[in-house]
Parts: sequence; structure tokens; C-alpha cells
Amino acid sequence: MARYVGRRLVEALGTLLGVAVLIFLLLRVLPGDEITARLGIEAGSLTEAQRAALEAYYQLDQPLWSQFFGWLGSVFQGNFGVSVISGRPVSEQLAAALPVTIQLAVMSVVIGVVIGVVVGVFAASRPDGARDAAGQTFGLLGLAVPDFVLASAIVAFLSTRFGYFPSAGDFVPFLQAPTVNLQQMLYPALVLGTGLAATVMRTTRSVYLEIAEQDFVRTARGKGVSERRTRWRHVLRNALTPIVTITGVQFGYLLGGTIIVEQIFVLPGLGRLVLGGIAQRELAVVQSVVLVVATMFVLVNLAVDLLYARIDPRVRLS
Amino acid sequence: MSAPTDPADQTVSDGRPGVFIALWRTSNGRIGLLVTAALVLVGLLAWVGLTPHDPLVQTPSDRFLPPSTVYWAGTDQFGRDIASRSMAGILVSLRVAVLAVAFAALIGSAAGISAGFLGGWTERIVGRLTDMLFAFPAILLALVIVTALGTGWFNTSAAIAVVYTPIFVRVARGPVLSVREMDYIAAGTVLGFGRRRLLLRHVLPNVAAPIIVQTALALSWAILTESSLSFLGLGTQPPEPSLGRMVSEARNLFGPAPWMLVTPSLLIVVAVVGLNLLGDGLRDALDPTRQRR
Repeated sequence: MARYVGRRLVEALGTLLGVAVLIFLLLRVLPGDEITARLGIEAGSLTEAQRAALEAYYQLDQPLWSQFFGWLGSVFQGNFGVSVISGRPVSEQLAAALPVTIQLAVMSVVIGVVIGVVVGVFAASRPDGARDAAGQTFGLLGLAVPDFVLASAIVAFLSTRFGYFPSAGDFVPFLQAPTVNLQQMLYPALVLGTGLAATVMRTTRSVYLEIAEQDFVRTARGKGVSERRTRWRHVLRNALTPIVTITGVQFGYLLGGTIIVEQIFVLPGLGRLVLGGIAQRELAVVQSVVLVVATMFVLVNLAVDLLYARIDPRVRLS
Repeated sequence: MSAPTDPADQTVSDGRPGVFIALWRTSNGRIGLLVTAALVLVGLLAWVGLTPHDPLVQTPSDRFLPPSTVYWAGTDQFGRDIASRSMAGILVSLRVAVLAVAFAALIGSAAGISAGFLGGWTERIVGRLTDMLFAFPAILLALVIVTALGTGWFNTSAAIAVVYTPIFVRVARGPVLSVREMDYIAAGTVLGFGRRRLLLRHVLPNVAAPIIVQTALALSWAILTESSLSFLGLGTQPPEPSLGRMVSEARNLFGPAPWMLVTPSLLIVVAVVGLNLLGDGLRDALDPTRQRR
């Protein structure tokens, strides 16, 4: 087990290093650098000497590899650079935004898995019946209705019916006022959760159908275990592994979805941070957020892989 | 002695119906095919300019008109016809999606098949690269690429192509791993067929089904991604109409003009549902052993 964990950790670290290189190179292609971000059009009127001094200050005169390792080194020391426009350290902005996004993601996963598993089991418990058709329609629509359409529709409805407009100044952290915070997070989490629920539902349904045909289920029925107990304890228990897998895989899409949903519901999370960074050409902000999100994604996938062994003792760690 | 004949060159009818007929026989496939055909038709009409109004012309006297016989889906804040704009938006979405998926499918499948067939270093390098690309949420990677390249429909396409290439790599590589162990590959090798011929005539036809299915599904995701990017203002740029941006503009004007939100939203959903059903139908049609689930 320890060897398996060790190997997976090394692999994950390798992937993350590659991710860091990729982000770094991608963003160097950007037209404009920290100097133009800071000075705008005035950057054009800099003298040669001023420009050179600024380039030295932002370390733009160093070779690419040296810039890269300089960046990576400071990231490991918790220094993500300084936002050129607000003048605040990026680490401070990350620390403020990360909890919002994590809370949103966790709430969405809970909503998505609960709805998805319940609808999936009900759809599969009578295949090709009316319930199944309803469940499948839900599955298809959940995938096909984009987050931004659902979120826009909800905001439009709330604002015309109840005069509720989400706005940046109103956001309250969970620890300050839990009930207000949960009200603000509920709709965004529902939007993201519905998309996840559709995928979870599809997986639950097909795995359930496969397992329901196996002998131990017939044995359970035969020895008089109630239908409900068979459904939830015997079949679902054995369907958990693929459900956990698909939830882990979907977590990445969820993190992507938070970008759009945070923008629409005006939540000060990583999504709004990265979009603001892109709009204002703030390299330090964009590359830090992307790195943090990719790291979260890789770690979640690692956790899912390691969870297998806990959920399903049949998994061989080879 | 004459050159050995390759059984793969002979067309033998196996008594199974053609793909289109098999597709038509599944209910998913039929709906998917019809919806997709309708979308393509609407896109083509917009391409040749056969829209009820000019999608770009602003008529200030006709602002915020509800749907009527003149303006089928109403007008927007500039008095532009929403039906015509939606038609043009479908054209833009299809153009971006088709270009992106064509690239992703070609490059991804080629990389996946070579990785699976050749093994060794090719496999290792391709595997590492796909793992790296998979570490980003799709929309975030597309965002960063669009930021680096600049906005516009072509760059949007390029970004979506990069995002979906690794999916095709994975889909193509899996089946190749089992196909390469098959007797007919060994037979082909013994007969002295070159690698190219083995790959194109013997491996590709046997792994084509999942790639074709994936293409339909990827088209639906590409439409979703394009509209999401446009919604954020980073995809198709004004004045070119785009369904995503139409939704974005409409959400702040829902009070005075709810119809502005309805048509573009519905069209995105219909397009994605249609292509998804087409993918499901293709999966059933191309694989006779698969039970309908």
C-alpha cells in the first residue's frame, strides 16, 4: 500500500511540474507584460534606460528557464507575486478567494451526488418504465443545459420576481453569518450540482443495472431481504466505486463551472479572480489561480484513486 | 508469385444494414440525426444570407419588440431581429465546433493510435502530455489559451481543439491495445505489410467506432464551450452574433424583454441534446453486441 501511495504521489508531482511549465509558457506568449499592465499606453514613452530598469525589476531580462525556476521557487515559499494593479500580494487574494470556491465546490458535490444517486437508483429500479424515462430525461437535460443558461435564468427569475440582485459587496463568509452565506451559496451550488447530478445519475443507473443481475442480489431477494434494503444495501454498496470515480473526474469540470457561476452570482472566488486577472492582463494573478486550480484537481484525482482501496477491498494495488 | 492479397481490401457484405439505416432504427439516433440535420440546414441558410432580417442591422424604432409575425422571436435592445441573430449564431457555433473537433479528432486519434500501437517512448510521451492537459478543467484551459492567443472565432476554435485532443487520444488508444494483440495483426506482419498499411487498413477500421461516437459527443461539448467562452466575452466577438453572448446580454434585460433570453438558450440546449442523442444512437448502431441500456 505504502509503495502504491508513494508511486502515485511521484506521478502526481510529475504531472504538476508539467502543468506549471505549460502555464508558464502559455502565458509568456501573451502580448504585453507586467510593464504594459502597470503603465498601459505610457509604456510606449519609456526611455531605453527606464525600460531596462523595469525589466530588471520584474526580472524580464533573465532567460526563460531562470524566470520559471524563480517563479516556482517563490511559489514554494508561499510568494505568488504582487498584483500590479491593486498592489496587494497575490497570496492574500488567493487566500480570500479559495475558501469561497472550495465551499461552492463542496456544496455542489454534495447536492450533485445525492440527487444523482437517488434519481439513478429510482430510474434503474424499474428499467424502461415511466420513472426510468423521467430519470433519463433529467440526465440528458442536466448535461445539455449549460451552467450559464441555468444560472442566468435563475438570476433573471429572482431579480424580476423578488428584486434580488447578486452583488459583490454583499458577500458574507460562512463563519460570519452561516445562514446568510448559505442563502447566497444555495443557488450557485444548485446550478453546478444539477450538471454533476446528471452525470452521476447516468453512471449510477448503468452500474446499478449491471449489478442487479448478479447472483448475490438474487440470493438476497431469495432469502427474504426487503426490496428497499436490497436496493440500497446490496446493489448500491457494490456500485459505489464507479460513482466515486465519476465524481472525482467531474470535480475538474465543477472547478471550471465555478468560474462561470461565480461570475454570474458575483461570488468573490477563484473564478472571478482569474477573469479579473485576464481582463487586466495580470500575469501573476492568472498563473497563480490556474496553478492552484490544477493542483486541487490533481490532488482530488489522487485522493479518488487512493479511496478505491478503502471502498472496494477487491482492488489490487499493483 | 503474386503479391499476397489483403483480406481487408475486399468488400464483403456481412448482411448487416448500413450505419445510417442502423442509426435510423434507434430512436435516439433518429431524433439526433433529425435535430442535427435541422441545425446544419439553419446554419447553411444563415451562411447564404437567407435570414428573415439582416442579423446585424439595428432598427432603433423597433427596440424590445415581443415576438410577432414580423419578428418571429422578438427584437433586442438595438432593434435587431433575434431569430436572424440566432440563426447566424448557430452558424458561428457550428463553424467553431466543427473546426475544433475535426482538429482534435484527427490529431488526437493519430496520437492515440500510434501511442497504443507503437508503445515504448511514443506511448510514454503521449501519455505524459495527455495527463498534463487533463489536469486542467476544460473551460479554464480554454480560457488561458484564448487569453494567450487573443479572442475571435478562429482562436476559440484552436483553444477548444487543444482541450479536446487528449480525450481523443484516450478514446483511440484503449481499443488499439487489444487490437494489436489480435491474430490478424500478427498475420499481416508475417505477410510483410508495412506499419503504415497495418495501421490504416487493419487497426484503424477496428477502432473507428468509439472515435466516431466521441466525435458526435465532442461536437456537443464544443458548442457548450464556445457559448460559455462567448458568454464570458472571450469567444466570438461583436458584431458577429453568438448564442452565448446573446444570453449574456439578455440576462440583464430579462424584465423588459424575457424573449431575448429564451430563444438563444433553447437553441443551445436543442443543439447539445441533438448531438448527444446522435452520439448515443451511433454507439448503439455501430456496436451490434451492445445491449440497449
